[in-house]
Amino acid sequence: MIKVNRQGPVWIFAEQESGHLSDVPLELLSKGRELADHLKVRLGTVLLGQGIGELPAKLIAYGADDVIVTEHPLLKDYQTTSYARVICDLIKKYEPQIVLYGATAMGRDLAPRIASEMRAGLTADCTDLQIGDHAEKDGPVHKNLLLQIRPAFGGNIIATIINYDRWPQMATVREGVMRMPEPDTRRKGNVIQEKTHVAPEDLLVSIIEKHRQAKKVNLKAARIIVSGGAGVGSKDNFQLIWDLANSLGAAVGGSRAAVDLGFVDRDHQVGQTGTTVRPALYIACGISGAVQHRAGMQESAKIVAINSDASAPIFGIAHYGIVGDMNIIIPKMIKALKARA
Amino acid sequence: MGYHCVVMVKQVPDTKAVTAKAMKDDGTVNRAALPAVFNPEDLNALETALQIKDQYGGTVTVICMGPPAACEILRDSLYRGADRVILISDRRAAASDTLATSYILSCAVRQLPKVDLVLCGRQAIDGDTAQVGPQLAEKLGLPQVTYLEKLMEMTNQHIVVHRNIGNGWELVRSKLPALVTVIGEANVPRPAAAKRMMRYKKMRGSVEIAREIAGDKDPAADPVLKARIDARITEFKAKGNLIEQWNLDNIKADLAWCGRDGSPTKVHRIQAVVLKGTGHKQFAPNDDGVRDLIHNLIEEHTLG
Repeated sequence: MIKVNRQGPVWIFAEQESGHLSDVPLELLSKGRELADHLKVRLGTVLLGQGIGELPAKLIAYGADDVIVTEHPLLKDYQTTSYARVICDLIKKYEPQIVLYGATAMGRDLAPRIASEMRAGLTADCTDLQIGDHAEKDGPVHKNLLLQIRPAFGGNIIATIINYDRWPQMATVREGVMRMPEPDTRRKGNVIQEKTHVAPEDLLVSIIEKHRQAKKVNLKAARIIVSGGAGVGSKDNFQLIWDLANSLGAAVGGSRAAVDLGFVDRDHQVGQTGTTVRPALYIACGISGAVQHRAGMQESAKIVAINSDASAPIFGIAHYGIVGDMNIIIPKMIKALKARA
Repeated sequence: MGYHCVVMVKQVPDTKAVTAKAMKDDGTVNRAALPAVFNPEDLNALETALQIKDQYGGTVTVICMGPPAACEILRDSLYRGADRVILISDRRAAASDTLATSYILSCAVRQLPKVDLVLCGRQAIDGDTAQVGPQLAEKLGLPQVTYLEKLMEMTNQHIVVHRNIGNGWELVRSKLPALVTVIGEANVPRPAAAKRMMRYKKMRGSVEIAREIAGDKDPAADPVLKARIDARITEFKAKGNLIEQWNLDNIKADLAWCGRDGSPTKVHRIQAVVLKGTGHKQFAPNDDGVRDLIHNLIEEHTLG
């Protein structure tokens, strides 16, 4: 752990692979900017790899003040122990007060390893971050802490976690929940090169083969999503979801139940274990609205729910609702949309 | 020949079974109404360990930190094929966050004979943090391989693991000993074996025995009660029916790193997710209703 340093920067781990930044550090830069401005400290990003090219400039354009770069042939591929080693050394040197990571496969592998080595706190899968005060019971008040807000207990409760005595304050943040900032190529920032002493014997794991596939569906970018659940009834009926999506130029989503039942591919899954989305319009058809699903779509600007069960929880977060059989309602919607055109 | 695999398991409230019955009138979830279950991915970790034993021989030790009721999943582990089960139960471990938990588990692992592989489920369904596995690996100074979907190869020196990382996969080789976290897609856990069930169903933890006799009363304040409990525990032990139980002293844990004191993260606030009453606009399930809905969406520029 490091000492509590109120002047310490806010840091974001700039996850990259093969020279491509993930979305989530860029999304985090908007929230990081807000936190750093509130605390009146610098916003830094930590970038590890080999051959990272123009990435520092991109991070600055998206809001970073400082980009701390460590390049080394042994850091070319992400590895838990080597990356953790380098980042722990940087944390000890710069004493950031906050370090944020994307709650990705990589971030969720790396951040706990660092937290354990630093003996610091870590909150997983945050959906919001704020700055606020915390009063210990019959004790001192800690000012300007990172409030780490996350769903817990399968989404049934929202917990706000803090970490006042063992810094840095660290959290992983779910992909897609923070808004991607607009890049500004005129922004100025510092690029700081840092050396590392990583040696081959630090690498306890070696990658034999690696295979990446882009998701076939880009739900995060969709303005409108039509989503189906178990209530759709069958894979054949699910065609109606595709038809409605086509007539709206929308993407197709599905609840976990619909995916498990084989109505639609896992790439389409919206929810806590799938993709988190925040489209302008989310049309939920035959989705009861289990907490796991709501966690992935409740930030949608407008939610339309169609369900034959009037007591389905989805109506609790919907803006517009139709209680009825979606097999009858959806063809009527397609007809009404055609009439409009 | 053969490997010593240690599996970390947790008993969790079944958060996936939130039915109407578990909902309170105010729209929040009654946690006490949820059944306690074997954390699903921990079963996959146990199955991976049992498959290693089937193929190469060796032993499978299962460790669980939790309250007396957690003995249930330790019995279940025995039914499925575990050789040794250990409960870590200590009031001073209450309110441990993931860091304190991983510290306590690391102290327990250090008490065991030479370990080749530590296996954890990727994450538990109550917290979904996926942090204890990597933190335990760090505490033990072991390499970690998360998201194991298939164990491809195992020798005295190394393992080869197929990792599923969501947007792709990796084949990695790790030195042994190591720690792996196992995902739900890895396997279908074997059911309890009837023969083993007959053999192990009488197994009890000393905390369970104490609770059965004393209920909620504190036996420390009642010598007669305490004597009865001790006698019963001795009886179970003599028959080989006592589940091994360790406290923080047994595993030489530094109390400063356990429980609330050992947990850097603290709860600032808990809010129940309330599902009631935002109020939504209803449209009739007919042509007019649908037309009105579309009209509404266009008028407010949601569609446009």
